[in-house]
Parts: sequence; structure tokens; C-alpha cells
Amino acid sequence: MSMPFYVSPEQVMADKAEYARKGIARGKSSVTLEYEGGILLMAENPSTLSKIGEIYDRVAFAGVGKFSEFDQLRKVGVRYADVKGYSYSREDVRAKALANAYSQAVGDVFTNQMKPLEVEMLVAEVGDDNLAGHEKNAIYRVQFDGSISDHEGFCVIGGAAEELHSYLASEYRPGIPLGEAARLGRNALQRASDGEPRMAPENLEVCQLERRRPGRKFNRLTTDQLRELFGE
Amino acid sequence: MRFGGNYQGSSFSELLEVDYAHFRPDMSRISEADRRALSIPHGTTVLAFKYAEGVVMAGDRLATEGHRVASRDIQKVYATDGHSMVAIAGAAGPAIEMARILRVELEHYEKIEGEPLELEGKANKLSQMIRQNLPMAMQGLVVVPLFAGYDLRRHAGRLWKYDVTGGRYEETEFEATGSGGLFASESLKKAYAPELSRADAVKIAIEALTDAADQDRATGGVDVERGIFPIVGCCSRSGIANATDSEIREVYQDIMARRRSASGVTS
Repeated sequence: MSMPFYVSPEQVMADKAEYARKGIARGKSSVTLEYEGGILLMAENPSTLSKIGEIYDRVAFAGVGKFSEFDQLRKVGVRYADVKGYSYSREDVRAKALANAYSQAVGDVFTNQMKPLEVEMLVAEVGDDNLAGHEKNAIYRVQFDGSISDHEGFCVIGGAAEELHSYLASEYRPGIPLGEAARLGRNALQRASDGEPRMAPENLEVCQLERRRPGRKFNRLTTDQLRELFGE
Repeated sequence: MRFGGNYQGSSFSELLEVDYAHFRPDMSRISEADRRALSIPHGTTVLAFKYAEGVVMAGDRLATEGHRVASRDIQKVYATDGHSMVAIAGAAGPAIEMARILRVELEHYEKIEGEPLELEGKANKLSQMIRQNLPMAMQGLVVVPLFAGYDLRRHAGRLWKYDVTGGRYEETEFEATGSGGLFASESLKKAYAPELSRADAVKIAIEALTDAADQDRATGGVDVERGIFPIVGCCSRSGIANATDSEIREVYQDIMARRRSASGVTS
């Protein structure tokens, strides 16, 4: 058997992409929805290891794929945001700059390293009605190869992203109340996990960026609060 | 902005030291004589004590540069998170910066680790930050804060004082520091009782600051003419709430009325 001496760059990239996609598809998906009072981030997650985290006053993070990799990226994001807010002002910490930095970092690894990162990330920023020019929400998705996109209304990351995207595109309406957004998110996650009926609140990780909360707008919902939200 | 540095831990102040050393200039080469030539604002009197629901922290609003007023409405009492506060006395610049870094530090730890530090852990972190400031303290830029908060695990208010080397001492009743700290302490000693109500706690805090302002020219006290009032933060299980200006005005006017009638002055 002879060793191949030359592998085309296209082939290398395609192999890496396939490897990363497979890794991501093994994990669960995560759904983010804008609702009337902010942004809701949801993930199917029965463990105590978080997939969703607070980055800064108005910015949150969600990751899917390999936990060790996206959790490391989350921590890098917190350090980046805190240093930025400390050296400039708290209002200068924005999701777009962070998502771009993620995109650069993940894209760099994809091109230059043997093993690509098996992660997909979402950076969300809730608007603030008291800051002129910062009133709108923003949602960015960063993929394993560094490609970045912005989203309005909702965004899904993870293996089932495409399927869930078309489901949400038909079901989602802008400005829905919190409870409805939560139920819609749960339905989407259920579809992703082979239609498992009635995903229990214990198996869900749900966080909010609340537009009207003063100061740090991130809030993690407890299982009891979730039950109340679902009306169970 | 650099993305991703060498530091891997969960402390913000260590992150600054390792990856952003240029943020903290080396002041150890400034001589004592150089420092004397600079006029630097100093904050004066702050105090803290326990009351029935938790702990009260208060400070006047004056900053002085030598014999001159630097600011009449400087802030010396800062909430560092939902259940802890720091009060600063000494060189205002480094002290305010320390309070600011401490706030980011506590928030940073909570975000990185997924849960907040214990109250004692917060107090200890501040101790390390003061110790790091020792070279500057030797140049005369002394920072001696008070730290207080509500311990959610022990269901009690707790408070600490510090010395310039970062020595940390937990107090069981009350403590005051700064140029008028001695007079505020003496006043608190007379008025303090365990399990004070919130209203009584605000009253003795204002009385202590009034006494300090009376004896120490660098302490501001209550400035009714300009409408500048001390900050009195009450930290309990439900969080931190500052006494309102109108409440402080009323308390202050009661104190002054009582003192006038005791000395036979009618106005």
C-alpha cells in the first residue's frame, strides 16, 4: 500500500469540517428566542455543567459541542469582556465585537491546527431602552470554521440546527410573551431529541437576558421557576 | 483588545497583573519628595456596624487636598455586589480604583466559576489587594478600607477592618476609619447597642458622622445648605438599600434640635 504524498487543501478542509460536524452532532442543540421582555436562551441539559453563561451586563453565551472546548471559549469571553469594561466603560462591551473575536479565534484554529474545535457558539445581547442607539437586541452565531452570522427573532445552534430552524420559522412570531417563548423553545428541543414527549424542566437549562432588569441583566431560571413558567 | 491571554485562573486582579501589566504603573520609583510635591485628594471618615437585620456602612462626602476641599460630593461607600460593600478612606485615587477592581473581581469570579465567593473569601481577596498596594502605601498613598456584608450562609451581617499591610480583622460590633474615624468610633461606642432597628441604625450612623465632622475639619458631615448627604447603606438578607436623602435630612435635623435644646440655645 502506498502513502498519499499530496492531499488537496479542499480535501483537508472537507475532512476537518466533517470531523467537526460529527462532533457537534453528537451533542444536544440549543435554542435562543427573542421575547417581549428580552432574550431567552435554552438548552437540553440534564447535567449541572452549564452550556449557557453570563458574559457581561447585557451579553450572554451559549455553546454546543465539546464541553471542555466551548467552556474554555466562554471563560476567554468573560475575561475579554471584563477587561474591556474595566479599561473603557461598561456600555462599550458589545456582543458584535465579542462574536467577531470568537470568529477569528475559532477560524484560526480551523485553518492552522490539525484538529478543529468541535463547537458552535451563540452570543446574545439584549437592548437597553435607556441607552440611545443600543435599544435593539442582537444575536450572533459562530460556527466551528469561524463563519459568523447574525439572527433576528430566534437562532438554533447544534446538530439539529437546520431542521429546527425551519420549524421555528413557521411557529415563531416577534414580540411573543415569555411563557410562550419558553414553550416554543421546549417544543423545538423536543423535536431535536427525537420528539421525546414533554421534556422535564429538570432536563432543561434556561436563562434570560431581561431587558427591564437593572444592572446585570442575566438571570438563570431555577427548576421551580421553569415549572411555573410552563404552567405545570 | 487581545483575545485570550496566558492567565487561566478566576481572579480579575491576577488577570490584570499577568496579561495587562501596563494597566498598573510601577509607582515604587516615585520618591517620597516627588509624592509630597503632588497634591492628592484624600477621603476622610467611614464607618460600619451591625444592626438587627445585617450591617450598616456609612461615609461622609468630603475629599481634601491638604487644607483645601478637593470635592464635596465624592463617593466613599460602594456596593461591591448584591450583598457586600466596601468603604474607602485614604488616598482617593488608588482607593476608588481598588473598590472598582474589587467589584469587577467578585463579578468575574462568579461568572468564571458559576457561583459567587463566600463573604469571607471576598474579605480575604480585598486583603491581598491592599497588600499589593503596600509599595504605594510606603510612598504615602495609603488605602485602608472597611468591608462589610451579609453572610447568606450564616444569616448574619459581618464586617472587617484592614491595616496598611493587608492585615484583616473581623469586628463584632462597629468600626470607623479615616481622619475622623476616632471621633466616629467614640460616638458609636456610646450609642451602639446590639439588635438596633434600621431607623435607629441610620440615626446613630448620622450622629457619628456629625460628631466626626464637628471634631475633624476634613470630615464633611451633613451639608444641608448644598443638599449633600452622607451615604448610608443598609445591607440585609434582601440586599443593599441606601437611606434616602430626605430620611437623612430629617434624622440630622432631629439630632441638631436635640443638641440645641440640651445646650439651651433657641432658634
